[in-house]
Amino acid sequence: MEWLIASVICVMTGCGVYLTLRARTFPVVLGLTLLAYAVNVFLFSMGRLQIGIPAVIDPAAAAYTDPLPQALVLTAIVIAFGMTAFLIVLALKARSELGNDHVDGLHRSDDELKATKHNSTKTETERSES
Amino acid sequence: MSPFTILPVLLPLIGGILMLMARPAGIDTQRILSLILTTLLVGVSLVSFQLANSDIYQVVLLGNWQAPFGIVIVLDRLSALMLLLTSLLALGALWYAIRTDTDKQGQHFHVLFQLQLFGLNGAFMTGDVFNLFVFFEVLLIASYGLLLHGGGRLRTRAGLHYVVINLVGSTLFLFAVGTLYGILGTLNIADMAVAVRNVSEADQGIVATAAVLLLVVFGIKAAMFPLYLWLPGAYAYTSAPVAALFAIMTKVGLYAIIRVHGTIFSEEAGDLAFVHIEWVLLLGLITLALAALGVLAARALRRQVAYLILASVATLMIAIGINNEAALAASLYYLIHSTMLGAAMFLIADVIMKGRGIYSDSFTKAIPIDRPIVVGSVFMLLGIALTGMPPLSGFFGKVMILNSALNHPWFAAILSVVLIAGLLMIIAVVRSGSLMFYSVQKEEGQKSSPLNKSAFVAVFLLMLVSPLMVMFAKPLTDITSQIAGQLYNGQAYIDAVLSTVPYGDNSK
Repeated sequence: MEWLIASVICVMTGCGVYLTLRARTFPVVLGLTLLAYAVNVFLFSMGRLQIGIPAVIDPAAAAYTDPLPQALVLTAIVIAFGMTAFLIVLALKARSELGNDHVDGLHRSDDELKATKHNSTKTETERSES
Repeated sequence: MSPFTILPVLLPLIGGILMLMARPAGIDTQRILSLILTTLLVGVSLVSFQLANSDIYQVVLLGNWQAPFGIVIVLDRLSALMLLLTSLLALGALWYAIRTDTDKQGQHFHVLFQLQLFGLNGAFMTGDVFNLFVFFEVLLIASYGLLLHGGGRLRTRAGLHYVVINLVGSTLFLFAVGTLYGILGTLNIADMAVAVRNVSEADQGIVATAAVLLLVVFGIKAAMFPLYLWLPGAYAYTSAPVAALFAIMTKVGLYAIIRVHGTIFSEEAGDLAFVHIEWVLLLGLITLALAALGVLAARALRRQVAYLILASVATLMIAIGINNEAALAASLYYLIHSTMLGAAMFLIADVIMKGRGIYSDSFTKAIPIDRPIVVGSVFMLLGIALTGMPPLSGFFGKVMILNSALNHPWFAAILSVVLIAGLLMIIAVVRSGSLMFYSVQKEEGQKSSPLNKSAFVAVFLLMLVSPLMVMFAKPLTDITSQIAGQLYNGQAYIDAVLSTVPYGDNSK
């Protein structure tokens, strides 16, 4: 079982890292989600993997599993969920404001064009325009 | 233990909720309420500072669970200093935001502002690594909102980068925390410091890996090489008061390194003692060199100021990396200086930018700004302070840091990087200052907007911190050496946290 869980975490992390490094926003969102899944499983397994053992006190139980990682995972899930929702909204906003869905595209916005225009020596025509 | 201890965390949380409810009453009510709350927070932080000004640690057991089973809030000298610094900085930034109507450019500015303070204060006071993660998330989500406040294309793009890198950072944080829990079996910082001494030889490699992974996470927050690339964009394109408040955000990462790594991987940790420290020093040196080049290469003032902030953070990393008590004391002196002055520099960049109209803050010949002598003098003083020239506080801080490094094996490297970076920054700031204030040309149809005097008060007051820090250098260095002394006595922290008994428990 350890081998199975470890390879699941490995595959999810690998896919997550790959997708996070993509150039467009949607794969990045998916990649971060996968990374969050991977870390949740990882946190869960940090209480050691055991089957059929209670986490809360039970007089009949012979052994207990660690309940703390489960609480940590719950917190992590909630936070990752909220952050992903925020990131999706932000990605949509970036899509509409920047005109493309590149995380760091070559698309030059008007603001930057304006700034470079001031940096270069102004021609007479530009001067009369402004 | 005093129930008052928790107030610096609770007050901004309640404030944020109040601010949300005050929204129908209009922006003016929110402004007054926000100013009152932040002033109150300064008062509370002052009392906390007084409370922590002894060798007794103020420990609050949340939910009345004994540590390490419950989460603890700890107030010591360092936390109190950070609280005070945050609240003073917040007051300045808030005043500037209100007087320049920055808070009207979008919704919920004051709500986010209070929640940001909640996250910051929580991170400064928690004694539990997982709780630190939660407070990091609180301050991050508020900072996302503040960073994007007001909108705009460049701001959105910079915000997207900032959010993505911090989400990756959060994931790494959880990996590191999970690994540490898996080996040490606890998340309370004090208890972890005890547990790390008994780690078996086979597990030491895993703990060291987790420690360095945790350093990566804090390095993202502190903008450590090679993870600083988000900083110039995010700080340059957000609104000035937010950038000023964010001057404390990079220091959260440094605080976390001092607190978490400093306590857990202290000299008592056996083979794992100071597993992180050479990385901090080396990466600090590289970051400083690159930040100085960034200052030199910047083509607009706000970007230049962002690199100046990066340089100050890098200097702090070097000071932490030198790893002795004097260096830590010097770094805390420099931390106060760089936070306040960096914030003031962002605000004055905004003043200059607004005065130049369509030319904004790009380094180019432009129309003269209103009241160039007042603004120019303040800019010059800030430049002197931030680049570390005598007679202002940046110089004192750097001298103390270099002085503490005299016996360090890397002294030659530290000295040369700090001095050469300082020289490069002086050249760059002198060039940009002369360009902004001397290379001007009147143009028809282009009028400089008048100086917003009441907003400028905030810049002036933040600037005054520097001469005051020189005048009161002796009492201030006494305080910082006391803090450093307390931090190097990690055993006292561990004993204080683990020996606190729950309220109403008289069995011991």
